Amino acid sequence: MATHPGGLTAVAPFRTAPSSAVSVRDLIRSFGPKGVLNGVDLDIAPGEFVALLGPSGCGKSTLLRALAGLDHDVRGSGVISVPERVSVVFQDSRLLPWDTVLGNVTLGLREHDAETRARKALAEVGLAGREKSWPHELSGGEQQRVALARSLVREPQLLLADEPFGALDALTRIKMHGLLRDLVAAHRPAVLLVTHDVDEAIALADRIVVLDSGRVATVRTVAPEIGGSAAGTPTDAAGHEALRRELLNDLGVEPAASR
Amino acid sequence: MSAAAVLDRPAVEPHQDPALAGRDDVRPTGRRLGPGRRHRLAWLLGPGVLLALWTVSSATGLLDPRVLSEPWTVVATAGELLADGRLQENLAISAQRAGLGLFFGIVVGALLALFSGLSRVGEALIDGPVQIKRAIPGLALIPLLILWFGIDETMKVLTITLGVFVPIYLQTHAGLRGIDLRYVELAQTVGLSRAAFIRKVVLPGALPGFFLGLRFAVTGAWVSLVVVEQINATSGIGYMMELARTYGQTNIIVLGLAVYGILGLISDGAVRFLERKALTWQRTLAG
Ligand SMILES: Nc1ncnc2c1ncn2[C@@H]1O[C@H](COP(=O)(O)OP(=O)(O)OP(=O)(O)O)[C@@H](O)[C@H]1O
Ligand SMILES: [Mg+2]
Repeated sequence: MATHPGGLTAVAPFRTAPSSAVSVRDLIRSFGPKGVLNGVDLDIAPGEFVALLGPSGCGKSTLLRALAGLDHDVRGSGVISVPERVSVVFQDSRLLPWDTVLGNVTLGLREHDAETRARKALAEVGLAGREKSWPHELSGGEQQRVALARSLVREPQLLLADEPFGALDALTRIKMHGLLRDLVAAHRPAVLLVTHDVDEAIALADRIVVLDSGRVATVRTVAPEIGGSAAGTPTDAAGHEALRRELLNDLGVEPAASR
Repeated sequence: MSAAAVLDRPAVEPHQDPALAGRDDVRPTGRRLGPGRRHRLAWLLGPGVLLALWTVSSATGLLDPRVLSEPWTVVATAGELLADGRLQENLAISAQRAGLGLFFGIVVGALLALFSGLSRVGEALIDGPVQIKRAIPGLALIPLLILWFGIDETMKVLTITLGVFVPIYLQTHAGLRGIDLRYVELAQTVGLSRAAFIRKVVLPGALPGFFLGLRFAVTGAWVSLVVVEQINATSGIGYMMELARTYGQTNIIVLGLAVYGILGLISDGAVRFLERKALTWQRTLAG
């Protein structure tokens, strides 16, 4: 559970109703005099896939790091409630270079069957047989798949991912979308995915939250026929395009856009 | 840029391919900046050249045997000393001193580095004194050590230990401090305990630094050994050489030097071997 030195953040574990995996209330974070998060409220239901969009520097990573309990020396306040088992996937695969692929996946597992489970997780991401490889022997996409295996082998109730596919090429990214969707369908964690890619958000998320000026600016639901984490091919191309325009508008990308 | 010829043949460097020799439209693809593949015995080349120079200049009379004995005299001397057991005896004593000093120095240096690298209190307590110790040449402490411990083995091993622990500490500490904060964050997100964090992240991360320190330390151990054995000893390779000096036996002196040299080479090779085994995960220029 995330605890924050200095008592700046009150953390209330398990106080939320079981209907919500994550609950964030009035989250404030600042670096120096500048406020980065100015009162963020966010709820994520168990098994729900939420994508977090927003312009660069708007505080997406700051929010995610707060949920992961990684913001030790950051000033702020607010109430965060997250489940017990939280996994984080970073933009870089963050594999320990001195440990094998298998060693990286079992890192921190205390169960006696850790190795069996890690092998299974590696098979799930299509890397069976690479257990003994060193991380530098894998391609970027393969490394990121190991990172996915490492996060899912813990059976997280919440998966936090900060631009996990940002460093991959477009083709690999599309394959990874499919993989992530399958994995999430199999393990059913709540997911908060930070991304700058509107199409990625529509393809994967049930709900898309746009962050702006340190607050939640808009929340949009993705209908199953448009995209989202549910299986099946999206059928509503017009709806997809409309949502895409709305999101770009939220992000202030289209010059003609007006609110 | 000239167009490179594309050929349906095994990939060999164009300059090695007779069919392509002399064609200036063919260039090696992607010239590598690293030194290329390593050769197992390549390190022998340098010492071999020195040995050859020595032999040739002795044989041609260029080198006066009173200045530097001929290689074959040194070999013969080695044979004699081996036959009457003096060489083995002194070598064993020297190796024991160096080994003990190295052992204690490594343990002390590594433990201090861990303590100082992992806790603010440790750093405040330890780092300053070690930096001061580093500023004092190790051999300058010998008079004090002799006053405290006399001239027995304790003093000798301690002198070596004091010389060894500093590079071990410095390099291990630097390696440890250089561990990427991202791995520390990772350790937190996967819920590593402090012990597991040290075992899985800190120790492996500091290992390259430790090995660098170890190579300095091994060299330093031999240097300290020579000094303590030539100042105050009644046994050991250094003593054997010092005794030979009083009798003007150049051959024994040179033999002693050769023994030190061989010991130094062997120990450095051993450290490098260990390093390669322990750091197989590393991709470096050395290969
Ligand atoms: N450790 C830090 N020290 C000082 N300022 C920081 C720190 N981390 C983030 N910031 C600042 O906080 C703001 C939000 O950063 P954050 O990393 O959360 O943005 P982001 O939304 O993730 O952007 P991007 O899409 O580019 O990743 C930025 O203006 C950044 O400069
Ligand atoms: Mg970011």
